[in-house]
Amino acid sequence: MFAFIIRRFIQAALVIVIISIIAFAIKQNVGDPVRAITGISVSAAEREAMRDQLGLNDPVFIQYLRFSKDALHGDFGNSFFYKKPAVDVILSKAPATIELVFVTSLIVIGLSIPLGVYSAIYPKNLFSRFLMGASIVGVSIPVFLIAIMMIYLFSIKLGWLPSFGRGELVSIGGWDTGMLTLDGWLHLIMPSVALSSIMLPLFIRLIRSEMMEILESEYVKFAWAKGLTKHRVWFVHAFKNTLLTVITVGGVQLGITIAFTILTETVFQWQGLGFLFMEAVERADASLLVAYLMFVGIVMVGVNTIVDIIYGMVNPTVRITGVK
Amino acid sequence: MKKLIMLFVFMLTIAFTTSVQAKTLKLAMDADPVSLDPHVQLSGGMLQYSHMVFDPLVRWTKTMDFEPRLATKWERTNPTTIRFYLRKGVKFHSGNDFTAKDVVWTLDRLKKSGDFKGLFEPFEGAVAVDDYTVDIVTKEPYPLLLNMATYIFPMDSKFYTGKDEKGLDKDAIVKTDYSFANQNESGTGKYYVKEREQGVKTVFAKFDKYWNNDGNVDTIVLTPIKSDATRVAALLSGDVDFIMPVPPQDFPRIEKTEGIQLATMPGARIITLQLNQKRVEAFKNPKVRMAIVNAINNAGIASKIMKGKALAAGQQGPKGYLGYVEDLKPRYDLKKAKQLMKEAGYADGFEVSMIAPNNRYVNDEKIAEAAASMLGKIGIKVNLKTMPKAQYWDEFDAQAADIQMIGWHSDTEDSANFSEFLLMCPNKETGYGQYNSGNYCNPEVDKLILASQSETDVAKRTAMLQKAETIIYEDAGFVPLHWQNLSWAGKANMNILDIVNTMNFPYFGDLVIK
Repeated sequence: MFAFIIRRFIQAALVIVIISIIAFAIKQNVGDPVRAITGISVSAAEREAMRDQLGLNDPVFIQYLRFSKDALHGDFGNSFFYKKPAVDVILSKAPATIELVFVTSLIVIGLSIPLGVYSAIYPKNLFSRFLMGASIVGVSIPVFLIAIMMIYLFSIKLGWLPSFGRGELVSIGGWDTGMLTLDGWLHLIMPSVALSSIMLPLFIRLIRSEMMEILESEYVKFAWAKGLTKHRVWFVHAFKNTLLTVITVGGVQLGITIAFTILTETVFQWQGLGFLFMEAVERADASLLVAYLMFVGIVMVGVNTIVDIIYGMVNPTVRITGVK
Repeated sequence: MKKLIMLFVFMLTIAFTTSVQAKTLKLAMDADPVSLDPHVQLSGGMLQYSHMVFDPLVRWTKTMDFEPRLATKWERTNPTTIRFYLRKGVKFHSGNDFTAKDVVWTLDRLKKSGDFKGLFEPFEGAVAVDDYTVDIVTKEPYPLLLNMATYIFPMDSKFYTGKDEKGLDKDAIVKTDYSFANQNESGTGKYYVKEREQGVKTVFAKFDKYWNNDGNVDTIVLTPIKSDATRVAALLSGDVDFIMPVPPQDFPRIEKTEGIQLATMPGARIITLQLNQKRVEAFKNPKVRMAIVNAINNAGIASKIMKGKALAAGQQGPKGYLGYVEDLKPRYDLKKAKQLMKEAGYADGFEVSMIAPNNRYVNDEKIAEAAASMLGKIGIKVNLKTMPKAQYWDEFDAQAADIQMIGWHSDTEDSANFSEFLLMCPNKETGYGQYNSGNYCNPEVDKLILASQSETDVAKRTAMLQKAETIIYEDAGFVPLHWQNLSWAGKANMNILDIVNTMNFPYFGDLVIK
């Protein structure tokens, strides 16, 4: 097991190095940051001097070496727009995204499990059929459209929910949370529902098909034959094994969720990492862009590593191959 | 019991009157100020901020006259000097008194700012005559001295002098890192920055000792909302009171909504296309250029794509600018355009490339597409590529395409500025023609513009600038499209039209909410 974990960590480190190279290549192509921080009438010579000062005229390779050296010390350079270290900016915006993703996950897990299990047990039931139909529609509609329709309905027409932002925040040791005020929760509803509109249908379908397959398997038939109660068969024997797949897919899907926070956060002016990324691209805020890509990369690699380890613990077959 | 009722009524009245006096404006813009230091970047957003927290010596009125602010009056004492008499009893937010020393200090700092030093190049400096009189001196006689005084927002010299707790100079102008001035302000403006979380929220509160009380807004909460649709939704749902800019596609909806008003006025930003004569031989021929100007229906673009919220242009500077000539009307005549192409020997047309930004000007991408298809009608096949502004300007500078789009707003609010950047012969040493990717070069225009720079006689200067515009018009030196309108929207209970102007610096200090 230990060797397995070590091997996973080495792989993770390699992936992060590759991400840094890709991030750096992207940075070179988003445009000229000096343009974004100077007025249009500033002379070309003045701009050139600024570029020199920021080291943007050095060869790419030199820039990358300098970047890697600083990055190893935790310094990803300064965000041009925020005028402070990119890492600080990322850390100050991370709570917003983490809270959004957290509430979204609660919605997805809280709804997909009962609905998925229900429609697996009663596949022919009218409600199950309705769920399947609705989930197709849910997957097909783009997030930003759902978001805008919700704003139109709940903010403009009904006036129930605020249209943008995070609302009233409470700061606990540098973590600005919206989860301790009513206003904060009201602001959380629409973005998290919009974001969960991607994952929820997918998970309902996934759990349903996995569960249906397992309900047909030999050991479940054996369990029935043994005369176990139906709840024990459904939830202990069948559902537990369904979860295996859900854990793996869930880890992978986290990446997609992060990608969709970019859209959701832009529409709702949600001041998190996705929004930050959009703005950094538009402003050619190079250091911030690289820091974001690295941060997301590290989170992804981290989550997938943890998922692999958990999977190894849960599923003996993986553990055996890992040890070998 | 009676006493109790009386007390209750009394308290109600108090509650009512205080709520009438203390007005809060919830303001949403597409971006928030990048810094608290007014000299760090020359941009519309920073100038809007400067007008709230600082106050200029003089400022533009809606009719493009000068209005006294920190200078109460001024006079030209000699060809290179204007003497400003300063308002007495004005305090900075720090509590320091505002004097002539601060003006001298601010002008010195402007000349050190990367973004402003170009504009203040003609200036020698300022000399304090006494505490409330200051002479601003230029190297040569300079007709735009007062125009530039609208950019002099005196800063608190005492507050910004010395070292901060990190041991750094407080007056340093730093674009990409911490500086004292980026995070602290002391101006003389109506509002001081009470709270600021960059990119999220800025709270401006009224400064008690401000000298003017025209408006009744005590607190301004500025929230940047990037997405157009969300910004409009925030106004429609009542989450904010005032938005800028307003996307043209939502004009009808806002106009129809009760309790909300749309305010628009003609702007001074000209949108143009430049025809690169160095890349395309045909563009050297004035007939071809004239044909292109005649083939593009800019009035149609203004009415269809801009929904009537733009004014089709035939020249660079809009009405009200010295160089404006009434007779230089927008041209559109497809028959004549085809005829000109034939005369020039290009009856079969040719193929060119074109680039335009897609997030810089209002509807820029659609305008470029329309122009490209209009050129198709006279046989010019256009390969159009549009891109975000972050990538666009590098391509523009490299002159990567035959036709390039650029919009220009004159920093000096004066006609000469357009030609200096867009149409004078490109010259790396003098910096003229910095954005002249058409490589149009007419020595006569250059001579007129250069002469206008030191001509302080308004009548003579007007003649020069009008002559230059006329020559460019006849040469078809560039393709004028339109002047973009400016737009704002807010609740119906405020006097938006009184506080806005063509520079797009709403004077929020004067806003009255009923």
